[in-house]
Amino acid sequence: MAEEHKQIDALTGTATTGHEWDGLRELNTPLPRWWLWTFYLTIIWSIGYWVVYPAWPLVSDATKGMFGYNSRAAVVEDITALHAMRGPMMQQLASASTADIAASPQLIDFARAQGRVAFADNCAPCHGAGGGGAKGYPNLNDDDWLWGGKLADIEQTIRFGIRGGHDSGRQGNMPPFKDVLKPAEMSNVADYARSLSGLPTEAGADLKAGQKVFADNCAVCHGDAGKGNREVGAPNLTDKIWLYGSDKATIVQGLQNGRGGVMPVWEGRLSEPVIKALAVYVYGFGGGEK
Amino acid sequence: MTQLEELVRQSEVKAAAPPPSPPSADDDIDDIPLYAARRKIYPQSVHGTFRRIKWAVLLITLGIYYLLPFVRWDRGPNAPSQAVLIDFPNRRFYFFFIELWPQEVYYLTGLLILAAIGLFLMNALAGRVWCGYLCPQTVWTDLYMAIERFTEGDRREHMKRESQPWTLETYARKGAKHFLWLMVAWWTGGAWVLYFADAPTLVKDLATGNAPFVAYAWIGILTFTTYALAGHMREQVCLYMCPWPRIQAALTDEYALNVTYRYDRGEPRMSAKKAEQMKAHGERAGDCVDCLQCVHVCPTGIDIRQGSQLGCIQCGLCIDACDNIMAKLGRPTRLIAYDTDLNIKARQEGKPSTYRLIRWRTSLYAAIIAVAGGVMLYALATRGSEGISVIHDRNPMFVRLSDGSLRNGYTIRIVNKQLKSRDFIVAVEGLPSTLIDYVGLPPRADGRQLVSVGPDQTKEVRVLVTDYSQTPPAASTSILFSLIDIDSGAVAQVRDHFFGPERR
Repeated sequence: MAEEHKQIDALTGTATTGHEWDGLRELNTPLPRWWLWTFYLTIIWSIGYWVVYPAWPLVSDATKGMFGYNSRAAVVEDITALHAMRGPMMQQLASASTADIAASPQLIDFARAQGRVAFADNCAPCHGAGGGGAKGYPNLNDDDWLWGGKLADIEQTIRFGIRGGHDSGRQGNMPPFKDVLKPAEMSNVADYARSLSGLPTEAGADLKAGQKVFADNCAVCHGDAGKGNREVGAPNLTDKIWLYGSDKATIVQGLQNGRGGVMPVWEGRLSEPVIKALAVYVYGFGGGEK
Repeated sequence: MTQLEELVRQSEVKAAAPPPSPPSADDDIDDIPLYAARRKIYPQSVHGTFRRIKWAVLLITLGIYYLLPFVRWDRGPNAPSQAVLIDFPNRRFYFFFIELWPQEVYYLTGLLILAAIGLFLMNALAGRVWCGYLCPQTVWTDLYMAIERFTEGDRREHMKRESQPWTLETYARKGAKHFLWLMVAWWTGGAWVLYFADAPTLVKDLATGNAPFVAYAWIGILTFTTYALAGHMREQVCLYMCPWPRIQAALTDEYALNVTYRYDRGEPRMSAKKAEQMKAHGERAGDCVDCLQCVHVCPTGIDIRQGSQLGCIQCGLCIDACDNIMAKLGRPTRLIAYDTDLNIKARQEGKPSTYRLIRWRTSLYAAIIAVAGGVMLYALATRGSEGISVIHDRNPMFVRLSDGSLRNGYTIRIVNKQLKSRDFIVAVEGLPSTLIDYVGLPPRADGRQLVSVGPDQTKEVRVLVTDYSQTPPAASTSILFSLIDIDSGAVAQVRDHFFGPERR
């Protein structure tokens, strides 16, 4: 290389690096000293970094660093600090009733924030991220509640579930009628049920017969006028909301095999304040009743 | 052999050929250093027009920087009374009568555009004049050089003292210099933090040790950078760190005023004595006497007589220095002057020199500045003191109620920029028959549902809009939200959509 260095650019009198492209030679304009030293300093800094912080992966472990810092411990510390910070509010949530919470703007805000996270973790898989529901899973935004939409009702549902095996849980189901009713009777009563909410009926459907079947078999739970009964979670058949769908085939299918979706029991799985926070949050979706 | 291969072969032959330029006298340059050692510059003091302008600019800019945080501005009881304040904790920026919210940072974008185009315009008119007079690096370096001359003496004295063995006095003078430099640096850092908190309170807290750690940290950082950049790195910042000299070459043109050595008048250089002899013989003699004053006063240590170059910051000190010499010699001044390349050419051709202020380039820059500034002023003048933004619920997009009507949910954020609490109602237009519910907002005693937003605050409300019309809904209907201040009637509006099942 020394050979190549012995070149001076005639025009500027500056040495060249000896690199040449198509007759153009590169002038050697070295970096200023401070620049170079800054570069060296960053290298030294990086070595210091390797020593001070955990950096190098070993076979089954990694270098620990000088002060035992690791990001996992830092996260644990942060979480502990967070719990300590939230502690007093969580205690207030635990001891307050849902009615108390609804009366305190400060508690409502805190409960909603808690509820939003808990809902996404526990409820969204069935009810949807915004409580929009799905076939068989109630929409929590509408104004139709099978078991009641007051704060206390919602709290009770979350806490003990529906048909979830808890003694205090909500019970009652739609029994299968395939051994009780004949196909024609089921067809007629399905058309009758559709007529209750103003849906068109099939041509040739005997609504009178359907009404008779309804009075004999369904009115016990759904009421004489089909308005439903929250005691047993029987849906109101006169409104426009159909949990499983309003087409005739779906209704007949429900008649034949019965219905009985399960809401899990959350008491014991979620903490006291979180259950209340969830009740407040779900109430706030817009379907809750005063 | 393909054409490509032929080309490659030719280029190899060329590379192997001996260098066309002959080696110069100092041939032995095997040990080229890895770094370029700094050539220390001892700028000499100078008096004159441009020096006076520079002192004035220095006093004004530094005066503004150091004293602005202490200017008070009465905004009423709930707002800070500092004229210029960047309030990070409360996310507000105050500039005299203007109060900016975080969502209004586009004003900052506008300012940056104005600053950039302003710099371009300055450049088109007079080259790197920003660098010579207004750049913070220049201003602080100028101040630091003044301190250096005060403690260590002017160029000659300074150089002489450093070349001789250092005495106690040398150390004392250098010590004094660094102490004064650090004081200025510390004051610079101190003034910086005052822009982010109530200045008088912070000064007291800083003095008593009660200020937040971050304030001390910033003072420390800026003390260090000021001391390092203005004291020790000086022209190195302009030559190596600053991107502007690299960009400005593309922005300047032959019409721009640049510090120019009028070689048409100055060359050939010779002593005053020899010039007289030459003139007596009727031969041509230049005005430049090669006294090197222009080089000695240059803060970046360049020789302007070599022409326009990257190191020149257009400060004009060489003009002052040269003018002083020319005046002494009884020759016309402005051998070095702010001039254009075109003018030199014009004079050589015997044409009068001109300066064209209005050109395509300057007109375009001025137009952009006018438009951007106008848009900003308009936006500032017409902005309301209330604001509304709406987010539609995504899941579910719409809800069918038991009576068959449709409902959409929205999260509305209401902004109240006034310093008093205000009551708002939200109205919706665009649907046949609607009802608005505010979730979790109990009606007042008079039955009205009002959203109360505190002074200088925002509030988020969830709103349910129900369409009771029972008409077959469109998949999407455009609707207009109006936020109405019930006292003043001020309105802010935003458009959104009302969703329903697709029409079949």
